[in-house]
Amino acid sequence: MAVLVIADHDNASLKDSTNKTVTAALALSGDVDVLVAGKDAKPAAEAAAKIAGVRKVLLAESDELGQGLAEAVEATVVPLMSGYDAVLTPATSQGKNVSPRIAAKLDVAQISEIVEVVSPDTFVRPIYAGNALETVQSSDAKKVITVRATAFKAAGEGGSAAIENVAAGAVSTKVKFVDQQLVKSARPELAGAKIVVSGGRAMGSAEEFQKVIEPLADKLGAAVGASRAAVDAGYAPNDYQVGQTGKVVAPELYIAVGISGAIQHLAGMKDSKVIVAINKDADAPIFQVADFGLVADYKNAVPELMDALAAAGK
Amino acid sequence: MKVLVPVKRVIDSNVKARVKSDQSGVDLANVKMSINPFCEIAVEEAVRLKEKGVASEVVVVSIGPAQAQETLRQALAMGADRAVLIQTDQDLEPLEVAKVLKAAIAEENPNVVIMGKQAIDGDNNATGQMLAALLDWPQATFASAVEISGDVAKVTREVDGGLQTIEVGLPAIITADLRLNEPRYASLPNIMKAKKKPLDVKEAASLGVDLKPHLKVLKVAEPAKRSAGIKVETAGDLVANLKTAGVL
Repeated sequence: MAVLVIADHDNASLKDSTNKTVTAALALSGDVDVLVAGKDAKPAAEAAAKIAGVRKVLLAESDELGQGLAEAVEATVVPLMSGYDAVLTPATSQGKNVSPRIAAKLDVAQISEIVEVVSPDTFVRPIYAGNALETVQSSDAKKVITVRATAFKAAGEGGSAAIENVAAGAVSTKVKFVDQQLVKSARPELAGAKIVVSGGRAMGSAEEFQKVIEPLADKLGAAVGASRAAVDAGYAPNDYQVGQTGKVVAPELYIAVGISGAIQHLAGMKDSKVIVAINKDADAPIFQVADFGLVADYKNAVPELMDALAAAGK
Repeated sequence: MKVLVPVKRVIDSNVKARVKSDQSGVDLANVKMSINPFCEIAVEEAVRLKEKGVASEVVVVSIGPAQAQETLRQALAMGADRAVLIQTDQDLEPLEVAKVLKAAIAEENPNVVIMGKQAIDGDNNATGQMLAALLDWPQATFASAVEISGDVAKVTREVDGGLQTIEVGLPAIITADLRLNEPRYASLPNIMKAKKKPLDVKEAASLGVDLKPHLKVLKVAEPAKRSAGIKVETAGDLVANLKTAGVL
């Protein structure tokens, strides 16, 4: 059995979710290849070649792959699938955009956001905002899988796989990349951060969100997250959203400020190692999952926390 | 221009799903059901296109049990013109839903399909992409803004790290993300009017689509529960506890 992993990368480097997806792939088979599809993506391919356990790295390059067009990635991957029994993609926004297309072209089901490999045809995946875990067995000859990266440890370094160029697939539909506006941030990436500080609807405005949440995150070297309610209200960009329909995180420390703890939010953070909740409502559901709860108005509690961190040498 | 909007009847987003004690699935008996929130956003977007004069007709389609008629009536009350229920009691996988929608599209010939990015029950986020692949239509997923002029849709997409803008030639599949719009509440007169709008029912089995599942559900279990920890009195106590826990 041979397995293909589609790398998540920005051409210059690999995202941590790729290493985690390799771990999931290695639970299926020892023969794991990684596809890096992009433009000027040699550095990312070289990083993939160093992942322990990777057999071979495939590098496909074109303008359309560099723009991340789903049609281009699918057209690159589908012809390769004659040589593979499974294809695994991290369940990032790009992975979710691409993987179902590959499944449809192969006429197989997609097994979405797996959190455990039970056997090469049986997987566990969360449904209903993580309120249930479904174990499914696939009868398809080829498996198309997206992987919830936070559920797997990152594969280490130490490999020295060969890099092989493969043909980039052409886009057959009428789609054109216009531009992208990516937020440049010195903060760690939300999905892989060790500490996450998230703000909720209690912030009341985008200005307040920036004034309260961001300095605390920066003091801790943390990534910034937000509840769906805060995103919906326009206090924070969608890219910050933690939850069922946003990002799933599992940091060492998750600090929820002014977040009530709707099931949709808990779905995105309840696997964090330590959860802190700061909320003035003692009955907020967030306290049911918090290791440490501080019942206080964030307006007083966050400045006090900043001072206490400073006193502790942070 | 004709817009087709697929909608799904799902557990209400305010209800916590409970796993059946025999681990055969999630207990949906006597649970409040609603239109999937992302489908609701898609309906709203289609209705706004009609109000702007861009679209001439909005057709909503649901695939599901007889009760999905209520979901369709809800979409009609928001402003859709006509509804089709493709009836089945089978819980279809995204690929089969996409195949049934492809058959429906062959009959309806819409210029654009706007649908939710994800249903909050199966949490797959796959049907729109699969439908685009099956039709060989361009896809614009996770849309936060849609602008249609002539036969081109300019779509702003929510991606990791920010936003991406693409242009797709119509016909195309657009999937709605959270910030695309804020769906309206249907007014009472519109709810009454919706009862008189056409709603056709056809059997899923009559479409000639293979509905055989690819995945067998072996069990559905409850995730490990996280127990509540302790309440701390001050920010200082909190920092001390976090140091002890080794996370600072």
